[in-house]
Amino acid sequence: MSEAAPTPKGLPLPDADEDVIVVRDLVKTYDRIEAVRGISFSVRAKEVFGFLGPNGAGKTTTIKILATLLGPTSGHCEVAGMDVVTHQREVRDRIGLVFQDPTLDQQLTAEENLVFHGMLYGLSAAEVRRRAGPLMEIAGLAERRKSIVKTYSGGMMRRLEIVRGLLHAPEVLFLDEPTIGLDPQSRAQMWEVILSMGKEQGCSIFMTTHYMEEAEFTQRIAIIDHGGIQAIGSPAELKRQHGTDMIIVEADATPEDPGWAKALGATVRGASPRFEITLPDAETALPRVIEAFGGHVSRVEVRRPTLETVFLQITGREIREEGPADQMAQMHRMWRRGR
Amino acid sequence: MRTLRGIYVIWYREILRFLRDPSRIIGMFAQPLLYLLLIGNGISHAFSLNAAHGANYMSFMFPGIVGMSVLFTSIFGAVSIVWDREFGFLKEVFVSPLPRWAIAIGKAAGGSSVALIQGAVMLLLAPAVGLHLTIPTFLEMLGVLLLVSLALVALGIVIASRMSTMQGFQMVMNFIIMPLFFLSGALYPLRGMPGWLYTLMHIDPLTYGVDALRHIMYGISPLATLLTSFSMGLDLLVTVGVTAVLLVVAGVLFNGAKTA
Repeated sequence: MSEAAPTPKGLPLPDADEDVIVVRDLVKTYDRIEAVRGISFSVRAKEVFGFLGPNGAGKTTTIKILATLLGPTSGHCEVAGMDVVTHQREVRDRIGLVFQDPTLDQQLTAEENLVFHGMLYGLSAAEVRRRAGPLMEIAGLAERRKSIVKTYSGGMMRRLEIVRGLLHAPEVLFLDEPTIGLDPQSRAQMWEVILSMGKEQGCSIFMTTHYMEEAEFTQRIAIIDHGGIQAIGSPAELKRQHGTDMIIVEADATPEDPGWAKALGATVRGASPRFEITLPDAETALPRVIEAFGGHVSRVEVRRPTLETVFLQITGREIREEGPADQMAQMHRMWRRGR
Repeated sequence: MRTLRGIYVIWYREILRFLRDPSRIIGMFAQPLLYLLLIGNGISHAFSLNAAHGANYMSFMFPGIVGMSVLFTSIFGAVSIVWDREFGFLKEVFVSPLPRWAIAIGKAAGGSSVALIQGAVMLLLAPAVGLHLTIPTFLEMLGVLLLVSLALVALGIVIASRMSTMQGFQMVMNFIIMPLFFLSGALYPLRGMPGWLYTLMHIDPLTYGVDALRHIMYGISPLATLLTSFSMGLDLLVTVGVTAVLLVVAGVLFNGAKTA
């Protein structure tokens, strides 16, 4: 894929009635650096859609533009049927946002934070309490709703922010790295909360992540790198298109008839006692592979492609996991907050 | 209606945060006592001012000290914007559909409400330093303080909308707020000042607010002609005008303020 046309071809044309986000040829340039290079995509109503990519790929920039916090350099973006440049207020009314860093008033209680938010969006305090009830229940915060937010753990704060983001019944909820800085257990719990709340409210979810395993929670995902969309589709589609299955066979003999591999479209690497066979559909082919090895097989393993391997194949590199740079950034943020 | 509700909740949050912070409430009572007892008494005993008219330095300085405490409370009210920015909360407010000018108004209303409570506490302490205010005088002075505090919170918002760190804000405070106070005629009268100082004191909008407070306090007593510099009409005109201009500038600048 060339740099000039990062959008994959054959993308279905956006349908204005069903799509809650429509982006066409979006470009954002900061001081001659192209953060977003002409991306186009759409998100359907009630869809869970994700941007997967390393830090600095243009994920947060895109969210900020869609949330009207940043103006695009060029291109057209519509959220909930409204242009993000000309109808800022209408867009803001129809979206919920959860940022990477906490944006709660830590000196107020959870409920006070929610009432504050609701009233900014035109709800009455009573209406806020009524709506917040079930959401706080799902988030596991109902009992702590009268606690000062300062006493919350990081995971609880993030869950409260998601409740808050959904309080005014937005059409789209934007989540920018919703699980960053949480331990793996809290992350899994967070996803449960996000998905069940999204379902309860019937809104679309647009989220960014650089964790591969989180991309699996989405219905469709765009792999973004160097400011461009490199591939787009459901996790299963992407794996089918860009990844191949592998069967690992441990056997103490080589198949006598080499014709079986050709018949299955498989490539065989290695030699006794361990063979790596890459082929299109491992589960269907497995009996014939075992048959080919006769009675010599001692162990079989099927490896399905992961988004990790898909990402590697599409971008030619591994996604950068949280390294020293991220930890530094996080420490810096904590330090700033602690002052 | 929706916008009013938004302005209300921004105001309400400022009050809630004030009431929840015991140190601010203690400070509200401790600060005026400190000013009146240490500065007021100290200086009035060091100099005796025109005792013939029954005026002591305290009765000259009282309106100035009231103005000073409202000045500091108001400006620190606007600090909450810098604070909110550092803690990320400003983003939550800025992505809401509430227009920026309405956010600025809510913040200004919250800040000046707290400043006004401070002013009322000060005025109630007047008998403690031997000054007696009637209820109408008290209310009229409070009215002037409302105008002054709105102007000052708006000035604070103007500064805060461009400041991203607490240190930066404090720097500006020292360069703008302190001169504003010293030149306001709160500590020494305008009369008999050297030309350049006299001119600067005339430019300082706070001078007119302090002068209006003196007009109200001295009423028709001979002190009024002795200790005030302008007519009450001019004082109010300048104060209202400056307040309106600063509020508009605050609203406009806030529009372009960044979230982080």
